[in-house]
Amino acid sequence: MAVPARKADGARALLDAWPEPSGEAGWARSARNAAVARLNAMGAPVRRDEYWRFTDPAGLTVVPAAPAALMEADEPPVFGDVDRLRIVFVDGVFDADASDPLELAGVEIQPLSEVLATDIHWAKDVFGVLEARGQDPVDRPLAALNTARASVGTAIRATGRAERPVNLIYLHGSETSDVHVRHVIRLDEGADLTILENGPAAARFNKVMEVEVSDGASFHHVRMQGRDHERRAATAIFTRLGRGSSFKSFTLTVNGRLTRNECVIEFTGDDAHATVAGACAGDNDFHHDDTVFITHDALRCESRQVFKKVLRDGATGVFQGKILVKQGAQKTDGYQISQGLLLDEDSQFLSKPELEIYADDVICSHGSTCGAVDETALFYLTSRGVPRREAEGLLVLAFLDEAIAEIEDDRLADDTRGRLAAWLARRGRL
Amino acid sequence: MLDIKNLHVKLEEEDKRILKGVDLRVKAGEVHAIMGPNGSGKSTLSYVLAGKGGYEVTEGSVSLMGADVLEMEPEDRAAAGLFLAFQYPVEIPGVGNMTFLRTAVNAQRKARGEDELNAADFLRLVREKAKALNIDAEMLKRPVNVGFSGGEKKRNEILQMAMLEPKMCILDETDSGLDVDAMKLVSEGVNALRGPDRAFLVITHYQRLLDHIKPDFVHIMADGRIVQTGGPELALEVEHNGYADILASVA
Repeated sequence: MAVPARKADGARALLDAWPEPSGEAGWARSARNAAVARLNAMGAPVRRDEYWRFTDPAGLTVVPAAPAALMEADEPPVFGDVDRLRIVFVDGVFDADASDPLELAGVEIQPLSEVLATDIHWAKDVFGVLEARGQDPVDRPLAALNTARASVGTAIRATGRAERPVNLIYLHGSETSDVHVRHVIRLDEGADLTILENGPAAARFNKVMEVEVSDGASFHHVRMQGRDHERRAATAIFTRLGRGSSFKSFTLTVNGRLTRNECVIEFTGDDAHATVAGACAGDNDFHHDDTVFITHDALRCESRQVFKKVLRDGATGVFQGKILVKQGAQKTDGYQISQGLLLDEDSQFLSKPELEIYADDVICSHGSTCGAVDETALFYLTSRGVPRREAEGLLVLAFLDEAIAEIEDDRLADDTRGRLAAWLARRGRL
Repeated sequence: MLDIKNLHVKLEEEDKRILKGVDLRVKAGEVHAIMGPNGSGKSTLSYVLAGKGGYEVTEGSVSLMGADVLEMEPEDRAAAGLFLAFQYPVEIPGVGNMTFLRTAVNAQRKARGEDELNAADFLRLVREKAKALNIDAEMLKRPVNVGFSGGEKKRNEILQMAMLEPKMCILDETDSGLDVDAMKLVSEGVNALRGPDRAFLVITHYQRLLDHIKPDFVHIMADGRIVQTGGPELALEVEHNGYADILASVA
């Protein structure tokens, strides 16, 4: 099918906007070229595309990107109490001086640029490979663009149990930064790795993370996206899960003009588990989109999607979550819940749950709700002397907590709770 | 303490009058009981006093220690010393019982210009009060009323009352859903709070509760009005003869 001229022109404009990386190894060049071809074939995203109906991609594709003011906030660092290895990027540039040495027991960490210039490297089997697999049946053009152009990021290979979590920190220093970051991650058999991510990153941020989780390995991911009001971000996670492996990802998002978080999960080994959860809160022109696609192509795998959004003063929340159970993926257990809490009549929650099932012995359940604060609960709290605003705050935190509770590590969950409560309190509302 | 004058209330959403001229005066130190058949307006009275939405006061006034209650938000009524023990305590998933109690106690103290309780003092106080009501640490840790039995919910209401130390306590059918032992426990909790500076309005269907919480006055409510007032013997009369005789005599 021919790509409409507008989409084709858009794809070329995107590719022209970023320099073509040079001096890379043959396998990296091939991956780049294939991604360029993919992007040209699918075209740039436009509002008319089925998976962009609720989120206008213009803010993510227009060149140059709209600037975003820096937010000054004097607060303790996110994950500050966690013993972690820090890797810092400022406006999408690796800052070696601000980072810890890239040495961690059980893990090999290298800057992406170094890896892509290496002739023989494990990353060859992951870089662009998982992204390409995730392009079918739904186009993800911004991720293809990332494969074609991103030159900053990390390659992380967990060979055993990581001694500490790896914290990817994205600082925002320039009001006009428009950047791509790419991480290529592989967990060897039985490995265990936690990735933490935080920071506003840039005025516009395109980030892709590919995660190969081998048999019996466990991947944990906790991310806090905040807090600059005008930032825009398109992020994608592509993961492939081996036999008996586990993948758990949680994202907290506060503020931001536009955030699109995609998560594409493929079960290829039996008896694996995946959880992807998110909590977000925003007001006014806040637009937050979670787009998830989970493919069950193995026996007895279990997937959970838990998304909660609190919206006020005209904010928009989007959830597009799909569970695809392929023929033969018997005993699949898929669960999906998405809920919007609207604090006024100006806000909206747009939800599109999808189930497509070709196996006959599976359990798949989904629910999507949208509503206001429970007046009965509010009256109960206020009747005990809790001021209405504070009572509403308690109920908002309680609502989001069902997603936060999906974080396996209690310490990280508590850190997230404390951070969220402080962020909301600072705004003097919610 | 509490002065209700000619209170008329209708539902906000529909043209249904529920209270049709309630007059009631409760002095400090007194315990008043309100009995009455289903649908007579007892629970509505308690909700209107506490400030629940959905009701419209069309006539009359309510003052608490001289302050106009009807003009106040629910949280301000609470800070002023009003407390309603709910007939159906609300379950609030995700909000811990302890967090809720501490937030409420400190919000009221703050509203009254008092210092907030520090964590250690609060914990000590809550443990002491909870022990008397046979509420264990596990119940305090759980989300507010979630998964509580009927009796646990009612005991939790009394615990809140004990922590908040209100001046005017309204108990809306606190005996419903309680077995004999639980009723005794709850009543002891209430009686422990009785004092010259505090008043109680006890709404109940049954005389049984009044064996434990001895009222000074008993009022019979019917069709949105208080139709008869007497001493504890009035409750016994209702227990033996039902409401029919009383309603017939005032009709």
